[in-house]
Amino acid sequence: MLSFILVFFQAASTAALAQMGAAIGSGLAAIGAGIGIGQIGNRAMEAIARQPEAVGDIRTNMIVSAALIEGACFFAMIVCLLIVFLA
Amino acid sequence: MSRRIVTLVVLLAGLLLSGPLFASGGEEHAAPAGDSHEKARFDPGKFIFDHVMDSHEWHIMTVGHAHISIPLPVILYSKEKGLDVFLSSKFHHGKEAYKGYMIAPEGAKNEGKIVKVSADGTIDEEAPLPVDLSITKTVAAMLASLIIILVLFLPMARKYVRNKGKAPSGLQNLLEPVILFVRDDIAIPSIGKHRYEKFMPFLLSVFFFILINNLMGIIPIPPGGANVTGNVAVTGILALSTFLITSFSADKHYWKHLVNAPGVPWWLKFPVPLMPFIEILGTLIKPVVLCIRLFANILAGHFIALSFIVLIFIFGQINWIAGYGSSVISIAFYIFMTLLELLVCFIQAYVFTLLSAIYFGMAREEHH
Repeated sequence: MLSFILVFFQAASTAALAQMGAAIGSGLAAIGAGIGIGQIGNRAMEAIARQPEAVGDIRTNMIVSAALIEGACFFAMIVCLLIVFLA
Repeated sequence: MSRRIVTLVVLLAGLLLSGPLFASGGEEHAAPAGDSHEKARFDPGKFIFDHVMDSHEWHIMTVGHAHISIPLPVILYSKEKGLDVFLSSKFHHGKEAYKGYMIAPEGAKNEGKIVKVSADGTIDEEAPLPVDLSITKTVAAMLASLIIILVLFLPMARKYVRNKGKAPSGLQNLLEPVILFVRDDIAIPSIGKHRYEKFMPFLLSVFFFILINNLMGIIPIPPGGANVTGNVAVTGILALSTFLITSFSADKHYWKHLVNAPGVPWWLKFPVPLMPFIEILGTLIKPVVLCIRLFANILAGHFIALSFIVLIFIFGQINWIAGYGSSVISIAFYIFMTLLELLVCFIQAYVFTLLSAIYFGMAREEHH
């Protein structure tokens, strides 16, 4: 396993490594955003179930929080795009 | 009904059965334009970037080898030659020089920008670039959406003055709830009942500017379909405006709390001023985050929508039946992505305005 990793990193060119890193990073960012926004949705559903008359407030706050978390995901995505498209 | 199902099944079968599908590596897409085919090989990266990046002409379609595009004015200023104004059609899609200027081709030092050309026709690489104040595609689209905003709001404002005290009618019914939403749900909770009025013009302007430009970006027909809010310069200026207004409307408690945050232990501020450093960095990062959030959201939406269209052309290169077959799925996904982008348009306009209002409110916090 270790020798495979060593051989892999010796054989791969830096450009290919950079692109692989960018792709993996972008995927990780998507996972992070998915987990975060999933948690928001989870708690929002529970809160609505507990108190259905507050559904308007909960929905607004849920959407705002989701947009803020998506902002963090997009940071990572922009960095990955910069890696791919700026050599 | 069953005829439609049969058509769908035939198209999908054409997609799936029409030849081996293999993933092509990145090198293949940089194929030289001098092919033996009459059409150069389709370059998906270039296609997507040409659609989201700025350019000096508004490209509508390409029929065979002929580009159909609207030329836009090029306005250049350089110290030696002064002001030069001409239509970008003189550049002939970036192939020829005109009046000593040329759009730098691919691979040159300032690729895509207008550079000076020396007397023998080669690009003068040492000369400074002229000041480029052209009406490019983004600027033209922004002007179009500004015209739409003015046409929507100015007559409505006059109607309010004329019909003072009467019930709203016509377009007022559409716009009044939105404006009241910005006032009651964004401005007043964040800034407070007593001080929100000064900031309302900016909040309303920024909300509708972002909203209308986002919506125009989704519509594929000119003057829509240009990527205005997906341009980091445009969102950067919006974020800069928020930053300047926050800084100029802040009272001295705001600045005092920046360097000397209350409730923070003294050893974080002296001898190594860690807390002031973080706070000042925060003041600069918050507008940057505003800018990148809007820019990345809209740009990502355009990328994904364009990628689905590009998929059709990629499949079409393998086999024309595959192209038509994949168009069914691609267009379905494109419609879904466009609906998602519609939601994102409203949400991003709301979040930008809300965060701006929160920063304005924080600039002059009332003391507890």
